[in-house]
Amino acid sequence: MRQRSMVILTAVLTTGALTLTACGSRDDSGDSKGSKKTEIIIGVDAPLTGQNSATGLGIQGGVQIAVDDANKNNTVPGVTFKVKALDDKAIPASGQANATQLVQDDKVLGVVGPLNSGVATQMQQVFDTANLVEISPSNTAPELTQGKNWQTSKTRPFKTYFRTATTDALQGGFAADYAYNTLKKRKVYVVDDKQTYGAGLAKLFKAGFTKSGGKLAGEDHVNTGDTDFSALVTKIKNSKADLVYYGGQYDESEKLTKQLKDGGAKIPLFGGDGMFSDTYIQTAGKPSEGDLVTSVGQPVDSLASAADFIKKYKASGLKGDYGTYGGYSYDAATAIIKAIGAVVKDGKIPDGARAKIVAEVQKTKFDGIAGPVSFDEYGDTTNKQLTVYQVVDGKWKAVKSGTFNG
Amino acid sequence: MNTLPQQLANGLFLGSMYGLIAIGYTMVYGIVQLINFAHGEIFMTGGFGALSVYLYVLPNGTSMWIALPAMLIGGGIVSVLIAVGAERFAYRPLRGAPRLAPLITAIGLSLALQQVVFNAYPNAKTDLTFPQLPFGPWHIGSISIQSGSVFVIVAAPLCMAALALFVSLSRTGRAMQATAQDPDTAQLMGIDTNRIIVIAFAIGGFFAAVAAVAYGLRYGTVKYDMGFQMGLKAFTAAVLGGIGNIYGAMIGGLVLGLAETMATSYIDGIPGMQQLGGGGWSSVWAFVLLILVLLFRPQGLVGERVADRA
Repeated sequence: MRQRSMVILTAVLTTGALTLTACGSRDDSGDSKGSKKTEIIIGVDAPLTGQNSATGLGIQGGVQIAVDDANKNNTVPGVTFKVKALDDKAIPASGQANATQLVQDDKVLGVVGPLNSGVATQMQQVFDTANLVEISPSNTAPELTQGKNWQTSKTRPFKTYFRTATTDALQGGFAADYAYNTLKKRKVYVVDDKQTYGAGLAKLFKAGFTKSGGKLAGEDHVNTGDTDFSALVTKIKNSKADLVYYGGQYDESEKLTKQLKDGGAKIPLFGGDGMFSDTYIQTAGKPSEGDLVTSVGQPVDSLASAADFIKKYKASGLKGDYGTYGGYSYDAATAIIKAIGAVVKDGKIPDGARAKIVAEVQKTKFDGIAGPVSFDEYGDTTNKQLTVYQVVDGKWKAVKSGTFNG
Repeated sequence: MNTLPQQLANGLFLGSMYGLIAIGYTMVYGIVQLINFAHGEIFMTGGFGALSVYLYVLPNGTSMWIALPAMLIGGGIVSVLIAVGAERFAYRPLRGAPRLAPLITAIGLSLALQQVVFNAYPNAKTDLTFPQLPFGPWHIGSISIQSGSVFVIVAAPLCMAALALFVSLSRTGRAMQATAQDPDTAQLMGIDTNRIIVIAFAIGGFFAAVAAVAYGLRYGTVKYDMGFQMGLKAFTAAVLGGIGNIYGAMIGGLVLGLAETMATSYIDGIPGMQQLGGGGWSSVWAFVLLILVLLFRPQGLVGERVADRA
């Protein structure tokens, strides 16, 4: 009996609370009819502290500049945009909690993020249920857009999820092609961090490299947060590999490369865009010289369209690496802002605005600062540019740009 | 190429570092039966203290030969101050309280210290680059040794020997042994037990700072959360060796370091074990070893059997 009354009480309270919040939001939009502009929030979810935070802060910065530009140019009349950045610490559960928080805020009409593919897997459903559009500037795991069986039959799992980065299916293959045909490497040791992104990328590299005729010298896994790789380094050295491929983030790889070179194995480390950060070179120091990464798109620094963005970023005092995903984050935020512009007229948010914005984002087509922005039927970017970067004199230098179609 | 000598060396370097930190757990536990979970953070602050000395106290471009002793002293001072402060303000007021109260306090202190460094230290939100020794790596036969490893392999035995001499020969050292055996009787014999406890925390703190400098030299970075994993491993080492026993801490550290290294290197070579080996499984095997040891020797490898006072 007692339990039943508790259930009823909870139900009544929840209904009451929901009704109240609904009323609240209606009042908000009523206010905006006057001279006051409607406030719309662009959510950001990325690791802003701890692991991967250098790249994560670059995402936040990119969105911030896009929003500042939109406000300054009055891109959407009657609307002021604000950024609400939440920190997921690269932890999937935190990402899910953040997604829930963003969904509950009626002013949030679009979200940029997350950085990590593993975090994205926990957020997609939340956004999909709420019809809230999510554009990731950096997720590269193919299954996020093309479903679990993407190699055999592609199906799009979530209609609200888009990305401006291309997938690992291309990145891994592009890296393997470069390693085999350009670097002339024949024996690779593959290491990954067992995460969605790292393990997936390593697998794709391995497949591409062995298909070209390269040999696998060995394979191992590390834990995120590990610092001592001396035992692994000894194994790699003993395997006589001429290249190490690492699927994972810079946090572990910067230590791995240092210990690798100190341990006497003078072979380069090759990785994906998770390693593409200035922090990697800074922390690993000299041993990182000659290491390689692939990253999505073309180098932001080399694009004329991004010159203004970089100038603003540097002047703003924002932290983080804009180089990796800053440009893509800017474009992702701009895509959302443009979609909002098509849906929200004179600062009035129509009913079902979120769903309408998703439909608008799907139709996106414009020239972003990091290249053309448009999405295919899976929510993937149609921009398949990839670039190989190498550490030369303590700086990432673009050595090859191109498209790769598997 | 036979990798065994190199892997043994890797294990020894790693284990020496665990051992140095484990001393702090074991000394405090031996005397006040407190598991000081904030010790990992005392280790971390030692690393930041040493780095601060290098960045902010010494003039730019100071030779590492001069900088290293200064960093050790600076890191040591920071760690010792925090360890002693923790004892004075967090643990001493709870001396008579139930065992759980100081334990929870320790966990709280650990989180607090991490957050303070994270928020207050400039740029502490990501890895900070630690200065490196300007020589090495060396190659002796089939073994190659990094410069950072040389530091730990020299510092750990020196610290250990000094501690052993101190505890067994000095008057204070013997007072420590007495306090560990029976604090009440020790006090009746005129030993200032509060002073002894402070000394135990201070020695643990200094050793943690030495380990932190070794960590920085070996891995090239310090980070606000580096104390968590290292602290956990060092605590495991202390239990493995027999918590309360300073020799046990060092031996436990070495055994743990070797076990992790061996697990990474050789288990996936055993037929049928391929899925269970490699770097990703090293901690699992280390803990399997811990469970096995505790099953047959609950007092740890060299610990003495004592009646549980809990």
